[in-house]
Amino acid sequence: MADSMVDSIFPLAMEGVSVARNGQRIIENMNLRLNGDARTVILGANGAGKSVTMRVLHGLIKPTAGRVTWAGQDERPTSQAMVFQKPVMLRTSALRNVAYGLKLAGVTQAERLTRARAALARVGLAHLEKRAARVLSGGEQQRLALARAWALEPRVLFLDEPTASLDPSAAREIENIIAEIAAAGAKIVMTTHSLGQAQRLADEIVFLHLGRVVEQTPAAEFFGQPRSPEAAAFIKGELPWV
Amino acid sequence: MGVMRKLLLAAVATLALVSSSSQAADKFIVVSSTTSTEQSGLFGYILPVFQKKTGIEVRVVAQGTGQALDQGRRGDADVVFVHDKPAEEKFLAEGWGVQRYEVMYNDFVLAGPKDDPAKVDGGKDIAVAFQKVEKAQAPFVSRGDKSGTHSAELRIWKMAGLDIDKAKGPWYRDTGSGMGPALNTAASMNAYILSDRGTWLSFKNRRDLKIVVEGDVRLFNQYGVMLVNPAKHAHVKKELGQQFIDWLVSDEGQKTIADYKIDGQQLFFPNAKK
Amino acid sequence: MNALAESFATALALIVGFDDRLLSVILLSLQVSLGAVICASLIGFPIGALVAVGDFPGRRLATVTLNALIGLPAVVVGLLVYLMLSRSGPFGSLGLLFTPTAMVIAQTVLIAPLVAALARQVIEDAWREYHEQLVSLGASRSRASLTLMWDTRFSLATVVLVGFGRAVAEVGTVMIVGGNIAGVTRTMTTTIALETSKGDLPLAMALGIVLVAVVFLMNGLAYLMREWSMRHYG
Repeated sequence: MADSMVDSIFPLAMEGVSVARNGQRIIENMNLRLNGDARTVILGANGAGKSVTMRVLHGLIKPTAGRVTWAGQDERPTSQAMVFQKPVMLRTSALRNVAYGLKLAGVTQAERLTRARAALARVGLAHLEKRAARVLSGGEQQRLALARAWALEPRVLFLDEPTASLDPSAAREIENIIAEIAAAGAKIVMTTHSLGQAQRLADEIVFLHLGRVVEQTPAAEFFGQPRSPEAAAFIKGELPWV
Repeated sequence: MGVMRKLLLAAVATLALVSSSSQAADKFIVVSSTTSTEQSGLFGYILPVFQKKTGIEVRVVAQGTGQALDQGRRGDADVVFVHDKPAEEKFLAEGWGVQRYEVMYNDFVLAGPKDDPAKVDGGKDIAVAFQKVEKAQAPFVSRGDKSGTHSAELRIWKMAGLDIDKAKGPWYRDTGSGMGPALNTAASMNAYILSDRGTWLSFKNRRDLKIVVEGDVRLFNQYGVMLVNPAKHAHVKKELGQQFIDWLVSDEGQKTIADYKIDGQQLFFPNAKK
Repeated sequence: MNALAESFATALALIVGFDDRLLSVILLSLQVSLGAVICASLIGFPIGALVAVGDFPGRRLATVTLNALIGLPAVVVGLLVYLMLSRSGPFGSLGLLFTPTAMVIAQTVLIAPLVAALARQVIEDAWREYHEQLVSLGASRSRASLTLMWDTRFSLATVVLVGFGRAVAEVGTVMIVGGNIAGVTRTMTTTIALETSKGDLPLAMALGIVLVAVVFLMNGLAYLMREWSMRHYG
């Protein structure tokens, strides 16, 4: 898996990024630097710009101003994957859904199935490999989405509120898998609504408020002693929903 | 896009497959003729005889005489077989046909409602009958479609001394349709209508219509056949087409035509010149 | 009213007795329309996918155009193809006029816009659901269209059935380019037109019954397929 210290694609940086939609500024002149080892969780109230920030980092949205760089370069590396809040599966078996991502990455047919099966086994879905992916339960589909991402052996894994639609026990399963993927060496960038989840998973917190980065703090510090009044209010649950 | 090209090729291949499976005959000609001839059932009777003898399949496209001749002019037929001598001679004079052969004649009849508002029933003079219809302003259905039947109708109005364009009123219904549909219309409107005997005999939806005038010599309807001129359209199948024409005017062809009957009644009277 | 019932009864007798004329005419209708819908799909699906997934100037105009072309009157299509295939026309030397091939071509022209427009709708709806994930996984637009065409295969199969239903029931194009030649280019619809004009209702009605049955069958199959695919694939 990827090495953590000398990494050719980090730091992942946003330089003066703004994103506007329909005349509304969603992200305002954002600067951010993420290195390759910490598990980063992005927090913020609804409308703070978390989802858009994730998509800009991953390359799904082009900023209206500013740029995203990887180790100072504009070129976007292919070794990244994203898991969305609602898993999106093709009308085919679980195995083939995982293999599809590998096919796009140019992996040969034989190797595809081997790696896909291994990924399914790691998330505990090996027994469902032939089942139609879209008839699986919400939790199973999200695990499948993680298997699909993991099979690609990405250097960075983005996750946009991956457990928001799941019940607590399914959510816990997902958290465990995320932790395993991180342990295997991938950089995690995640958003969540759940402070508990953030506490369990994060090494560092990036706190957004009204489209700006207000704090970037190691997790333990953030929850114990937040540096900004907005963050303090958020943790106490007092932050007004925008 | 390589995929797009492959799909286009597949489409063409499907087309080829369909066409090869549904076209069996090697020897065939296209004959443009009239709806009245086709609907009388004559072709259904005589063409199998011709095909059995020569192996040539005759494909008849039936429409009004005007359109049939136009199809010949466009080169979309090998032979034209219609019943409108002036129009045929014009076709020939323009150089579209090679030679005109007379084949057979049938006759027109005037059909009308049983209650006969114009009082023409049993008459032997068609021009007089038309005069009476116009005088009574009785409903009259015209084909109005450049057909041989339509031309004959117009000639009779002239013989009756009437300028139909001026004389027509709401009683004169110009339908612009083939013989069958026009008969349908006349039957539902209880109107008078000029029809060829063949279509009338096979027409099943007569309701209250019956033949009211027949037998006038001026109601005789001459059929002519011509090969489309290969000098104008090189692709015309001139040998096969000529074989068909030769057969139509031969003793055997003429007898076959005469043998065609509906309800025991002969419809077409062969009169090819010897 | 009695004539109607009488025709109906005779019609049923013809159907049950597998009347020869009936069968050959039915077979030709099915062949021509099947050939047409296959060709129309091979052309229409990629076009629909292109417009659904593509990002080019005039995309919205293309969508509107496709939808508008659905309403092309069959007789107009028939006339256009006739003029193309006539010996006096540009493709006359192919000698295709008054053959079943010409009928397939004409029906393909008629229903390709319908197939393309419906496919566009189907694929665009799927694209809306999938596009973030597909782009994230690294799919190019052309790759994505292929993936979506496969993924929406059941809905696309329904589109094929709709196209077939439209083709098999139309009379305008096949009448003009086929010439309604007995034994060669006579279909169910052209025969109904002919027999009705002759006043021979039983045969026309028998074919009418068969035609309606075919259309019903197509719709039934489409419905069943939707149900089955929902249950098995989600």
